[in-house]
Amino acid sequence: MTAIAAKIQSGKILISDGAWGTFLQQKGLAPGECPELWNITHPNDVFDIAKSYIDAGSDMIETNSFGGSSFKLTAYGLSDKVYEINKAAAEISRKAAGTNRHVLGSIGPSGKMIMMGDITYDDFYEAFKHQAIALADGGADAMVVETMSDLDEAKAAVHACLDNTNCEVICTMTFEKSGDSGFHTMMGVTPAQMTEELVALGTHIIGANCGNGIQNMIGIVQEIRKVNKTIPILIHANAGAPVYKDGQTIFPETPEQMAEFVKILIDSGANIIGGCCGTTPNHIRKIAQLVRQ
Amino acid sequence: MNSNELLEKIRECVEFGKVNKDVPYPPNMKGMDGADELTKMALEQGVPPADILNEALIKAMERVGQKFTDKKIFVPQMLIAAKAMNASMVHLKPFFQSGQVQRKGKFIIGTVAGDLHDIGKNLVAMIVEGAGWEVVDLGVDVNAQKFIQTIEEDKKAVVGLSALLTTTMASMKSIVGDIKAKYPDVRLIIGGAPITDAFRQEIGADGYAADPQGAVAYLNNIAV
Ligand code: B12
Ligand SMILES: [Zn+2]
Repeated sequence: MTAIAAKIQSGKILISDGAWGTFLQQKGLAPGECPELWNITHPNDVFDIAKSYIDAGSDMIETNSFGGSSFKLTAYGLSDKVYEINKAAAEISRKAAGTNRHVLGSIGPSGKMIMMGDITYDDFYEAFKHQAIALADGGADAMVVETMSDLDEAKAAVHACLDNTNCEVICTMTFEKSGDSGFHTMMGVTPAQMTEELVALGTHIIGANCGNGIQNMIGIVQEIRKVNKTIPILIHANAGAPVYKDGQTIFPETPEQMAEFVKILIDSGANIIGGCCGTTPNHIRKIAQLVRQ
Repeated sequence: MNSNELLEKIRECVEFGKVNKDVPYPPNMKGMDGADELTKMALEQGVPPADILNEALIKAMERVGQKFTDKKIFVPQMLIAAKAMNASMVHLKPFFQSGQVQRKGKFIIGTVAGDLHDIGKNLVAMIVEGAGWEVVDLGVDVNAQKFIQTIEEDKKAVVGLSALLTTTMASMKSIVGDIKAKYPDVRLIIGGAPITDAFRQEIGADGYAADPQGAVAYLNNIAV
């Protein structure tokens, strides 16, 4: 299979997948339950999610392993299952993707901070290394380090993936709009800083995920493109910011509303479009139709 | 240094996160005394501990909170400022315990059951402590029983609840209900990214604030 970055270099716009977490909740994942354990206990439900994105037209799908690092699994008493759970995650997605779509091994943040003395860079590296190896063994051909807000943690994860697997490495951070001063992660990282540091490290694809909807992503892509014209950009936007109504969480943007911004996002320089929280196969289908027509 | 200069220096150390002499952060204060050394020095010189609290720590944390609200600084700068504040506070603790320095009251805070997000809750705890309150931090995943047990020790305490997940807003609602059923007069303030004032009204909490500065404003209103 041609590498993702190479396809982009040849001028293609690619479609990624939508939400996993909110989809699992719909399938009955209870609050307090470990989503990644479902790779072992409910593999068919996880497969359904993966397959529904492939059917919707995704060129690449993620794995159900966002919280699969030892940091997160330890909280559920599953620290000895890191390899098993992550390998299973990649196997399920690979089964749905077949041999000509990409599987991106999802690696999420640890919830710990170097600067508070919670943890060291080496601890990060070791934990992400174990997760990445298991995902690659299960059949992932790329890694997506995502929802990062701290550059040190992002860099440790990217390094661990680059050094220990043959996979392409994608890294996306989560930005908020901060008044007139552009965009920042909650740790204060700007899209330009992210770009400079992650590109220098050899990250193949960078971008943004989650946040407060697709409209903000346009400004973020523009800020990245100001400092780098060529690095492939992946965008996974939420279906808007979550609102709580009558005991239910609603992500307000419909497939049509999100699709409205896709063209301008691509014109601004994005190369891969998919969704984060609250997006569904219908969102992806709509985006894929628009991009491919 | 006279006491005013010392207080000014401590304030600066806390505002910019200079914990002690050994830490390299912030780079422009490298090798200088930090909040730790300067507080010790001030106490040795007979600066009243209450002045250190009011003129240095509270003032510094006020500025830090304001800069955070204005998005001029971010989580790391807040956390490091709080670390410097704690380095100073350690030396003041004996005076709190002996009653020589009075604090404004007790603030109990926790992230509600089912929710593990604590960055925002920690920032609120730090800024409130920096505003002169005694803070009891119950951590994350805190149920109604734990809140109620802690209130029993000081029924005048104000209680803060944090929730970051729309799913745990339901848990916030039931905890508020349980506390109010047992202690109708205890004041409850809630916060967290998905929380709104409309939600506060719906669940019968007393206060809502969008950021630590708002929490301090609410508390100071109670204290006067
Ligand atoms: C960091 C983070 C994490 C870290 C938490 C680390 C930690 N130690 O806290 C980790 C990685 C562990 C994590 C896990 C999860 N997360 Co999370 N996380 C975030 C993130 C990126 C930032 C939250 C944060 O710390 N913000 C910075 C602080 C400073 O802001 P704040 O918390 O809002 O606090 C401010 C105010 O709200 C207020 N405040 C806060 N508390 C209080 C209390 C009082 C009394 C007052 C007055 C004020 C107040 O003052 C603070 C300072 O201004 C958000 C997205 C976002 N940008 O908000 C998602 C987010 C909250 N997470 C989300 C989700 C879904 C999850 C998971 C379920 C994901 C998963 N599948 O694993 C788990 C849940 C774990 C659990 N059971 O709690 C969703 C929630 C969506 C929803 N439906 O509610 C969000 C919104 C991301 C998204 N999808 O858009 N997460
Ligand atoms: Zn998301």
